[in-house]
Amino acid sequence: MNLTLKIWRQKSPSSKGEMKTYPVKDISEDMSFLEMMDVLNEELINKGEEPVAFDHDCREGICGMCSMYINGEPHGPDRAVTTCQLHMRKFNDGDTIHIEPWRANAFPVLKDLVVDRSSFDRVIQAGGYVSVNTSGNSQDANAIPIPKENADLAFDAATCIGCGACVAACKNASAMLFVSAKVSQLSLLPQGEVEAKDRVLNMIDQMDDEGFGNCTNTGACAIECPKEISLDNIARMNREYLSASVSK
Amino acid sequence: MATKSGILKTSVAKKVAMALSGFFLMFFLLQHCTINMLSVISPDAFNETSHFMGTNALVQYLLQPVLIFGVVFHLLMGMVLEQKNRASRTVNYAYSKPAASSSWMSRNMIITGIMVMLFLGLHFYDFWLPEIKTKFINGDMTGMLSDGSGYRYFEELTHKFVDPIRVVIYVVAFVFLSLHLMHGFQSSFQSVGFRKNTWTPLIQKLSMIYAVVIPAAFVFIAIYHHLAHH
Amino acid sequence: MSTLDSKIPEGPVADKWTNHKNHINVVNPANKRLIDVIVVGSGLAGASASASLAEMGYNVKTFCFQDSPRRAHSIAAQGGINAAKNYQNDGDSTYRLFYDTVKGGDYRAREANVYRLAEVSASIIDQCVAQGVPFAREYGGLLDNRSFGGVLVSRTFYAKGQTGQQLLLGAYSAMSRQINKGKVTMYNRHEMLDLVLVDGKARGIIARNLVTGELERHSAHAVVLATGGYGNVFYLSTNAMGSNVTAAWRAHRRGAYFANPCYTQIHPTCIPRSGDYQSKLTLMSESLRNDGRIWVPKHKKDVEAIRSGKLKPTDLKENDRDYYLERRYPAFGNLVPRDVASRAAKERCDAGFGVNKTGEAVYLDFTAAIMRYGSEKAHTSHIHNPTDAQIRELGEKVIENKYGNLFQIYEKITDDNPYKTPMMIYPAVHYTMGGLWVDYNLMTTIPGCYAAGEANFSDHGANRLGASALMQGLADGYFVLPYTIGDFLADDIRTGEISTESPEFEATEKDVKDRLEALINNKGSKSVDHFHKRLGKVMWDKVGMARKTEGLKEAMAEIKQMREEFYKDVFVPGTVDEFNPELEKAARVADFLELGELFAKDALDRNESCGGHFREESQTEEGEAKRDDVNFAFVSAWEWTGNPSESNLHKEDLKFENIELKQRSYK
Repeated sequence: MNLTLKIWRQKSPSSKGEMKTYPVKDISEDMSFLEMMDVLNEELINKGEEPVAFDHDCREGICGMCSMYINGEPHGPDRAVTTCQLHMRKFNDGDTIHIEPWRANAFPVLKDLVVDRSSFDRVIQAGGYVSVNTSGNSQDANAIPIPKENADLAFDAATCIGCGACVAACKNASAMLFVSAKVSQLSLLPQGEVEAKDRVLNMIDQMDDEGFGNCTNTGACAIECPKEISLDNIARMNREYLSASVSK
Repeated sequence: MATKSGILKTSVAKKVAMALSGFFLMFFLLQHCTINMLSVISPDAFNETSHFMGTNALVQYLLQPVLIFGVVFHLLMGMVLEQKNRASRTVNYAYSKPAASSSWMSRNMIITGIMVMLFLGLHFYDFWLPEIKTKFINGDMTGMLSDGSGYRYFEELTHKFVDPIRVVIYVVAFVFLSLHLMHGFQSSFQSVGFRKNTWTPLIQKLSMIYAVVIPAAFVFIAIYHHLAHH
Repeated sequence: MSTLDSKIPEGPVADKWTNHKNHINVVNPANKRLIDVIVVGSGLAGASASASLAEMGYNVKTFCFQDSPRRAHSIAAQGGINAAKNYQNDGDSTYRLFYDTVKGGDYRAREANVYRLAEVSASIIDQCVAQGVPFAREYGGLLDNRSFGGVLVSRTFYAKGQTGQQLLLGAYSAMSRQINKGKVTMYNRHEMLDLVLVDGKARGIIARNLVTGELERHSAHAVVLATGGYGNVFYLSTNAMGSNVTAAWRAHRRGAYFANPCYTQIHPTCIPRSGDYQSKLTLMSESLRNDGRIWVPKHKKDVEAIRSGKLKPTDLKENDRDYYLERRYPAFGNLVPRDVASRAAKERCDAGFGVNKTGEAVYLDFTAAIMRYGSEKAHTSHIHNPTDAQIRELGEKVIENKYGNLFQIYEKITDDNPYKTPMMIYPAVHYTMGGLWVDYNLMTTIPGCYAAGEANFSDHGANRLGASALMQGLADGYFVLPYTIGDFLADDIRTGEISTESPEFEATEKDVKDRLEALINNKGSKSVDHFHKRLGKVMWDKVGMARKTEGLKEAMAEIKQMREEFYKDVFVPGTVDEFNPELEKAARVADFLELGELFAKDALDRNESCGGHFREESQTEEGEAKRDDVNFAFVSAWEWTGNPSESNLHKEDLKFENIELKQRSYK
């Protein structure tokens, strides 16, 4: 198929960017979206032009590095996939495809489609862990039975890949789905419950400091999430927050 | 670590406050709607209730200020949040398809909210200001018509809905209110963390019912009086 | 030979680790604050080492080339992590895990290291649970286990198909806690481009800030390389796009010996290549072979018909199918180890029986399992005389519960519904058992330079068992390195901060700068990927699943020539001092072009078949791998001499005192 790509080009964090148009030809529908970008870049390189910079690594939907806002949606029109797992068969010959970086003040653009998501790391650093040192003689793993339901819910929350699609999708650039997934995971497990109160307060403080917007419950984050993280997590974090701020 | 967990410091606290004031306003709305409905069923009952509400000290000196505070708070906090939300993405997408993942209502609470507030201005001008003037400036706490032939409340109500333009404005305003509630009702539950697989579908249904029935009732009352007393 | 001191402690294998810990030097807590450690890589080994070292008091600087340490490729591991917990009461023990690992590695691993790995495995699970890793549990609330290929017990802990992700996020959060405390300084989007030696000791690195392009000098008293494997030398592999050998290779060029580079694991169940544009291969968990039957058509005419789309695989009669694994290995059938399954698939495809348009795919068919589970389900649901359609529907539900996630990935990528038509799979490069040579302390031949996780060579011999990579990465990072590194650092408590202004830093930085500028200024005519793809093809065709003398010699010559061409004709756009992904790739491919040649040389030198290394000259009459314990029971550790083809071989003899060497058989 032949396509017209409209891609955000921006040389550096401080420079002004713009949308540029690139035609690509003979794209196979079995290609992944990033392989289509590879084709474009190979062409640009062969013409002596600068290829489009974009983040990507595992290309199997788990590292969370790829991050393109495709035709008005993070990770494009397909559901429950990252950009690297989006395939060209979801598009038609002759389509125009708009490709932009995540947009949020907390995710500044570094170059072209590459953004800086270290704000997510800092939110985790504020409390997204259990304060336990490495020890060869910690308690036996089976010492505390955990109800399967809770373990499964914790797992579901923990499948978040930290790609930032939730922020990109949210009209407010809110990071609540990301933050709540970690808060939920740890508050559902007895090991994490001990410091649950400090955790939720500290992580929310950090989230606010990073400049993410507020949650207005539009639900766009959960729909666009490639790992289908549930809004239940946000509700759980709100509860955790309420009880923590009342008792602290 | 020192946290900002004081009242309204964090985004989540603000969101909870929005929800709580929303709950309060929705409760008020229900009560308001019920009393107004009396005007269709029984003008006398309407007059009695209105007089009670208009002269009861608890209602006038406690609940009324609380209500006004609630309305103003909900409005201002909404504005504050909206401003912060806009500031969180100063460079916008060139091409965006928000409808793919969220409802129009959820994204445009500020628009529907401001429309409702504008309407409230008219509403206050129509009913609340005259009421305050009569009672607290003129000192007439009797609730009687000037000729003393009975309570004035029903009379004043029907009088307002003679004008078709006003009726149209009311109807439009209630459409906005309905849109606002469609998201607001269920959103408030989510904000305070009330969400469970067993309950959420019910809340969503209730949300829809509330958001349609209450504004529809107000619309009905306005049109009813317009037609009945034209 | 004399240069290799593996420092294996004396005594019975079961006591070695405890004795060793009791006798090595330690650094007292107050002095740890005076010591800096650099950790390169933030995967399971790197993140767990960073966290543990920082908890102990060292000042840690951690580097990763990704935008966040959470993205390291450990995250993609699916199946699980082994540990000798014996929760299932099936007779598992440290010894049994040790035995399985040595045997699975085809007797080319160091006994002492493997025993230690098995010994600390149980602590890993305790540690991860304490961190909040949500492992799968049973209804009683206790941890669940599954079994994996090549073993007779259930010792694999898992979190659905995302075990690597959950373990990595556990280590990442432990490290994040230390970052918050200021004990770990994290350098995201930084790539190590060289190792700095001062007085013969590893004292720092030159890293490039990938955002600004700036070269930075970072000093420390020791450097830990936890930089993963080098499977991307094949261009197509299940590794991440950024996975590379550069850090390890640069250490190699500075004096660290590279051990067993030819030991590569080719995973049998990956989604086949669909065209030349293919950038990477996606793994389908090995667990699928529990229920899938592997086959190709018996007759060439059916192969032709299938390739041209005239015949559907589901229409082919049982009699016309060749279930070649069941045919060749009746005892293990579809569950033979990875290396055996991979070679058998290649054999069929080379013979012209590949079922997709590239001729490189075999079927993995779930119909039998679907119908079997379906009838069982019908029986337990008291459905009498169910129709085939009913049985199929019930069976598909069962399969969906077990593998739904994998089936969904498959369908997203191929657009085929694997419930209705057999999956197509083909082997792909997955893991590299070889790596930097390390002693029992995980120190390379450069004092102060350590290698952990997939980057070292130590624990898997010539073939790695499923669910053992995660175990090794975390064992190294949490439980081995934090103790053993003290043995070296104990001498450094009075050294003080290492200056980055020394001539050594100066010179190394200049080396890196010159290298990068040469690439940028080359202004050739071909892209980096052009060379990488060509290298990959040579590697796959001649140094892939089956290797023979002449092919390997050709490969060495071709790679050498390709390297020359690369330096003449590569084109790298942009400049050095900016965000430049093409330059990053170019520097990595340059190193792959050297490693590739050494890889082929090592494969040529090892004239036996063992584990993932199959030499056509060394096979039994039935075409099975034949090990040569008399001549090759050693680790090949290569010393850089300035040219890969002239690398010096050092041999570490492998002594098996606890396990008897046997020829593996899966017939």
